[in-house]
Amino acid sequence: MEPYKNHTSVVALMNRANVDTDQIVPKQFLKRVSRQGFGETMFFDWRYLEDESDNPEFELNRPEFKGAGILLVGDNFGCGSSREHAPWAIEDYGFNTIISTSYADIFYANCFKNGILPITVTQEQWDVLRAEVERFPGVQFSVDLEQQMLETPGGTEFKFDLDQVRKRNLLEGLDDIAVSLQAESHITDFEERQKKELPWLWHSA
Amino acid sequence: MSSPKTMYEKIWDSHLVHEAEGQTPLIYVDRHLMHEVTSPQAFEGLKLAERKLRNPHAILATLDHCVPTANRSLPVADPIANTQIVTMMDNCKEHGLTLYDMDSEHNGIIHVVVPEHGFVHPGMVTVCGDSHTATHGAFGALAFGIGTSDVEHVLATSTLPRQKSKTLLVEVDGELNKHSTAKDIALAVIGKIGTAGGNGHVIEFAGSAITSLTMEGRMTLCNMAIEAGAPAGLIAPDEKTYAFLEGKEYAPKGDDWDKAMSYWKSLPSDDGAKYDTIVKLKAEDIEPQVTWGTSPEQVIGVNTPIPGPSDFDSEGKSKACESALEYMGLEPGTKLSDLKIDFVFLGSCTNSRLEDFRSAAAIAKGTKVPEHVRAIAVPGSVLIKKQAEEEGLDKIFTEAGWEWREPGCSMCLAMNGDELKAGQRCASTSNRNFEGRQGKGGRTHLVSPAMAAAAAGAGTFVDIRQL
Ligand code: SF4
Repeated sequence: MEPYKNHTSVVALMNRANVDTDQIVPKQFLKRVSRQGFGETMFFDWRYLEDESDNPEFELNRPEFKGAGILLVGDNFGCGSSREHAPWAIEDYGFNTIISTSYADIFYANCFKNGILPITVTQEQWDVLRAEVERFPGVQFSVDLEQQMLETPGGTEFKFDLDQVRKRNLLEGLDDIAVSLQAESHITDFEERQKKELPWLWHSA
Repeated sequence: MSSPKTMYEKIWDSHLVHEAEGQTPLIYVDRHLMHEVTSPQAFEGLKLAERKLRNPHAILATLDHCVPTANRSLPVADPIANTQIVTMMDNCKEHGLTLYDMDSEHNGIIHVVVPEHGFVHPGMVTVCGDSHTATHGAFGALAFGIGTSDVEHVLATSTLPRQKSKTLLVEVDGELNKHSTAKDIALAVIGKIGTAGGNGHVIEFAGSAITSLTMEGRMTLCNMAIEAGAPAGLIAPDEKTYAFLEGKEYAPKGDDWDKAMSYWKSLPSDDGAKYDTIVKLKAEDIEPQVTWGTSPEQVIGVNTPIPGPSDFDSEGKSKACESALEYMGLEPGTKLSDLKIDFVFLGSCTNSRLEDFRSAAAIAKGTKVPEHVRAIAVPGSVLIKKQAEEEGLDKIFTEAGWEWREPGCSMCLAMNGDELKAGQRCASTSNRNFEGRQGKGGRTHLVSPAMAAAAAGAGTFVDIRQL
């Protein structure tokens, strides 16, 4: 996993609440055997027309939002099924930061496993940010993860809350596996002890 | 003296690898079961991150979810299924894993073949990218389903970060009616506590009606713990457990066996151990169960009329009733014996073991599936299929007008082409009656194998106690 770097990036606005994982990656793509390439399937049913050309009505297709790295989206983002394809798609599309007033639990946890920073803001903060993107489509926000700061050209600036362990893991590019492997000596000790105490577990497989 | 512990706490304590400040406890995973659907991205993730697979010996894999139950030669007709199957075969080969592929005489549904070979023992922590992993709790193993990123985690580390669960004791005492089965206990428990009743808990099943169950019955019961919201079910190991395991391919041998036995005997919950919640049922009260709705908790005894929204005191439940009735095409007050069925499915990791086929065959014998009904019997494994054929059970089914199929998950999740058409009503021995689970618009009623066989013969639901 890439370490999360402070950055300044275009913000795409999706003024919708309760966007579920079924919309993020529709069911028909779940049978794939690779975790890469889900970016093109993201929001498939909204994003493309019948003939699979871009739907000009869909907000992420607005030319001003091209290349966006930050997604500003409504309440309860990522609800519905626990599919991990949703964060895979978001990361593959190019977003590494999401800003919302709330997230579904499993989705929120899955973001950190994929190097995505989900920032939680208050409704008032969200409204201010939305207003700025609506007035200046294509505007770029700046994120400083170390300082937990979000800054906009319009002069909005605030600190967001974040679990410190998760923050460190994002900054260091540690996924859950890397974190567990930091305890590798404990795992090895455990295995050595088990081999002595419950030897059949190691003989009979 | 240390305070009395539940079986869950004993297994938890003995698998705690590390507990660091501010982080989720890390627990050790002894056995890892795999199938073709939830593993490919885990292997890919491992490769992308250039990580090694830690313990190949701890893994047993099979092909089951999308294998056809008619023609089993490769390539299978559905290209996506074929890709999943081939990817699994490649991954297992690359990492030197044991795979029961479609040519193997050990092939079958993961939760059926694993016990057949004694791969999971009492006291083990076992995981699989599949929610019905709870099945192996029948052996007194802590077994639960995980997502794809956790599959990758276990491949790389043989551990999982995990919060400790609460404990729920479900005690079923007394003697079951002659025609009620482990499946009926499972459905009755879910009917009582609801599909969220076990959320955040590991269920321990205990009581005289549970110890009386065969190992097959215990597997059926633990299999459905997840339908009660619990990640895992547990039953204390006893003489039946040991007798089942003894001599199996992966069971401990010789000196190891004696050591294992003395360890296994220390596992059952101590007297006076505390549970967070306790639920009690009387076995005598459990009638043959039939689900009427689109959630396993929407279940009734076979002679109870179908409920209506006003029968529920919470708004949520009466709303759920209303929409389930609509989807299922049912009116409140209807008798189950007045419903016409179109399909019968005997199979799935809940009910596709030899005992299930025997009990269904005993009812199917001499009956005739009506013209408008299709009934399929899908054994859980190649081995079960063979044993059933040796006993002549296949003949009983085919003479009654059933289709006798090759093993696999089949219509449990309808991924392999076996599926219901919209509006078709099915008596099914599987575990989920969710909307569309057995095919878009399909209407599933969950029942025991004997009840399924009786329904196949009559074209409707019948009370097997009256046959
Ligand atoms: S039979 Fe059904 S529940 Fe069991 S493993 Fe297969 S799909 Fe899952």
